[in-house]
Parts: sequence; structure tokens; C-alpha cells
Amino acid sequence: MSTNHYPSRGAAWLAALTDNTPHVDHFPASVRVVDAPLGDIAARYIAVVPDADNAYPRTRDGEVGLVEGWALAQAVRDVLDADAEQAEKRAIVAVIDVPSQAYGRTEEALGIHQALAAAVEAYATARAAGHPVLGLIVGKAMSGAFLAHGYQANRLIALDDDRVQVHAMGKQAAARITQRTVEGVEQLAQTITPMAYDIASFDRLGLLFARLSVANADTPGETDVAAARETLMQALADIGDDDSLAARLDAKGRAASVTVRERLRAQWAGD
Amino acid sequence: MESAELLQRESFVEKNARQRVQHLLDAGTLRELLDPFERLSSPWLGLQDIVTQADDGVVLARGTIDGVAVVVAAIEPAFQGGSMGEVGGAKIAGALELALEDARAGTPVVPVLLLETGGVRLQEANCGLAAIAEIHAAIVALREYVPVIGVISGPVGCFGGMSIAAGLCSTLIATREARLGLNGPQVIEQEAGVDEYDSRDRPMIWSLTGGAQRHATDLVDRLCDDDTAQIRAAIAQAVAAPVADLPRTQAIDAHLARLRGLDTSRRADADWAREMLADMNPAAGDGR
Repeated sequence: MSTNHYPSRGAAWLAALTDNTPHVDHFPASVRVVDAPLGDIAARYIAVVPDADNAYPRTRDGEVGLVEGWALAQAVRDVLDADAEQAEKRAIVAVIDVPSQAYGRTEEALGIHQALAAAVEAYATARAAGHPVLGLIVGKAMSGAFLAHGYQANRLIALDDDRVQVHAMGKQAAARITQRTVEGVEQLAQTITPMAYDIASFDRLGLLFARLSVANADTPGETDVAAARETLMQALADIGDDDSLAARLDAKGRAASVTVRERLRAQWAGD
Repeated sequence: MESAELLQRESFVEKNARQRVQHLLDAGTLRELLDPFERLSSPWLGLQDIVTQADDGVVLARGTIDGVAVVVAAIEPAFQGGSMGEVGGAKIAGALELALEDARAGTPVVPVLLLETGGVRLQEANCGLAAIAEIHAAIVALREYVPVIGVISGPVGCFGGMSIAAGLCSTLIATREARLGLNGPQVIEQEAGVDEYDSRDRPMIWSLTGGAQRHATDLVDRLCDDDTAQIRAAIAQAVAAPVADLPRTQAIDAHLARLRGLDTSRRADADWAREMLADMNPAAGDGR
């Protein structure tokens, strides 16, 4: 594991939630896949984790790169195929701690966007096929990496912790692209809710099913794991027959997103 | 190319989003939805002293293309780099969601997305990202019923989460002027350094991410000249095509096998990428 990176929360929570069940072995070291129950039902848990020996230098700290994108797609597709004839579909739990997608020349040249599209499609297809898909954000959920790993979930849960962040771009790059200083970006993030990096602000947009307080987000203890399981099962029950992302549309948190849809519906048929 | 031929040609790249829509739809069929007089502009830009636009940079219209019912969503490249904010994102996601309802009700409307976008509008970061996830969800759901067409003409190209949306489209059409990539050159340079990716080296950038290269590597289905008639004909053919699986996202084993053996110390260039991505898709080459 990389030394210049804090220990992987994704790996810690994946192990804790699955009682250290051994991971499925044919996946790359950076994509950890574990089959273990969630309460009474069978589930597949998936995390992207740091791999200091990753052959791809831009993907050593838990980023989602080419291999990770395709491997995530495979981890989800395997479940889809295996349960195709089953009435009862396995749950899929994305344990999310992804600092970013991989930023690199090889990655762009070989179509990293397509690797991520394969992962997005697999998750979205699983949700539509009736697999309950849950996303548990335990660390960073950044940009394209989050889109590929977790953002297609029926329900999103996040730990209520200072190092839990959701955003579209790191502060340095965001400052450069918007022609601001890093301080300027930080200042705006305090007043513009969608620009904030912290999880409480993200929660205000109405995109979370729950924000979960834990005693130790780095190395979860028994009580923390029990609380997380409890919340995951509540989310599972809340899904019911809903295979869409509609539950995220919160009239207060994202008022414009709701207004646009209402007015569009009124004009859609044109009669 | 003869200059006479060039003079006769009507550029698509130079048109703005509304003009593009007008040229695509059959005469007399265009009906714009949530037009600028609806005044649905960004609730977030004004708070940051940035001028808003009354359509938030997305033009939505229903109509027909060669008689096929379509909804076109055209992103305006000249407004905030075609970035996806809350309102523009909701316009596209909402239109796709309504198209899905129609498809399920047996009255299909084929979506055509003109993807000129740098991705998430960073001034509305998490609202843009959320909308893009909703756009992805709708495209995947729609493809069970209708083809979803993506067009990247330039000048902006298609980046960020919207490049993933492009990768989910049934048919992806591009010009040589277009670029398609997950990360924009400036972002890669900022995150990985100028030695990894020089954002001012335009020949390198187009050689790796330009429309011709993406077509040669099967990441784009149709390559068109910057010619409105030619692009319209390609779209008309695509909207009338039957629903099919998407080969680009199915070749998981093939990609993983090739990536496993890759010499990652090698500096990527266009020829190598073409070699590495050759014959990857199960149905590549059909009808191209």
C-alpha cells in the first residue's frame, strides 16, 4: 500500500462489512470484490483500493483508471449474468473511496472514458434489472471516479466525517480551470452549496439517503459496522420497486432540477 | 480538397446550438422546449457575479428528422465552454426521462445529443455531477427501446462526465475538428505535469483524442466532414437504425486481457493506441 497516502478506507470498510471474507481472486489488486451477505440477502461488495505496485503509474493511489473501469464493469456484469434467471437478485454494495479518475496520457490514448462508460452501464443495467445497488461513501467520491463507481446506485449513504468529500474536481485544478485562486475557490465553496467539498453541504442537495455518524471512520469498530449495516438495510427496504434515481430529486436541495422537469413535462406533448 | 468544394460546404462547427437544431430538424417541425423566454437560467452563476444565459446553454427541441420523431438536445459551445450546470443538466436529463416514458408507452422519440461540452460546470460542481449521473442512467435505460445518438462536432469537444455519456450512445458521430476524452488537457497537465501532457501541444492532443483517431480506434462510429448536410445525413441514418447492443461497452474481457500485458512505460502515441485498440469490439467494422 502506498506510503504517501492515508490507509485505504475503502479497503478497511470492505473488510469490516464482510467480516474479512476473502475477496474473489480473479480481479486486479486495485479492484477488490467480496461476496458476503447483507443481513438476510446475498450481496457483492466492491471497492477500488490503492495498489502501490499498479503497473499504471497514474493509478496507484486508488484512482479509477483503464483497468479499474473495465474491472468494475466485470464485477457487476458477473452478478448480472449469474442472477439472470433468479427472481431474487443479489444486492451490490459499492464501497466508495476514490480520490479521482486517472489523469494520464496512456489513459486518454486508450479511451479511459469508454472504460468508465462500461462501468456506468454495468451498474445502471444492474439497477434496472432489479439488483438493489447501494453506494456507501467512506472517503472521497470524486468526479469521474464516482460516476463510474457508485453514482448509479439506487441509494447513497455517506459517513458523516471531515475526510468524506464529494466533488467534480480537486481544488487546484478547479482553480486553474475557473481562473481563480485556490483561496477563491475555498471561499466560494462556503456560500455556494454545490461548490462545497464537505459532506454536509452535499447532503443539503438532497442526494443522500442518509448521513451516518461513526466513532472511527478510518478503522471502523463493531458498533460502527453494525450501524452501517443497519443503514444499508434501511436503504435496501426503502428501494422497494423503484429502479430509478428519482428519489434524489429533492425540491429544496435542487429546486431548479425539479422546476425544470415540471415545466418540461408541461410542454413535452405540446397539446 | 478543392477550394470550390470547401466554399460550397456549410460548416456545422461554426453554427451555434440553436442554428444546429434548426438545420437538423425537418422543415416546419421544430418546437423548442423551455426556450429562452422561459427564463430558466442558472441559480448559481449570478451568486458568483457571472452572467447567466436564459436557456443556460442548452437548446431542447422536438421535431422529426426524415420523418422520425426526435428530441434534440444541443449544448451551446459559446456559453461557459458548454459546461453542464444544474439547469442545463436537468433540461437534458429531464428530456431523456420523458423520452423514456414515451418509449415505454409505445410512442418512441429518439434522442439526439449534440455534445459540445467541457463536462461539469465547476461553478455548480455537485449539481452538474448529479445531473450527469442522471443523464447516464437515462441513456442506458433508453437504449432498450430506442437508439440514442451522440454528435461531437467541435469546436469544444466532449470531456468529463459527458465523455462517458458519449461512450454510452448507440451511435457516436464526430468530425476531425472534434475531440473526445475524459480529462481536458489543462486538467491532466495540472494533475500529472507538463511532461505527461502538454496542454499547448495541439498536434499531440488531436493525434490522441481527435475525431479521426477516435474513429480509427472504434470509439467513434461515424466520421464526418465539417459539413452540415453530411452530418445531418449521418444522424438521419442513425435515428432510423434498429435497437442493438452496444459493442463498445461489451468487450470487457478483451480490454482487460490487452491492458494486462501492456507496456505501461511506453509513451503513448497514436499508432500504438490504434494497435492496442484494434479489433476490440465484437461487431466493429459492421456498417462503418
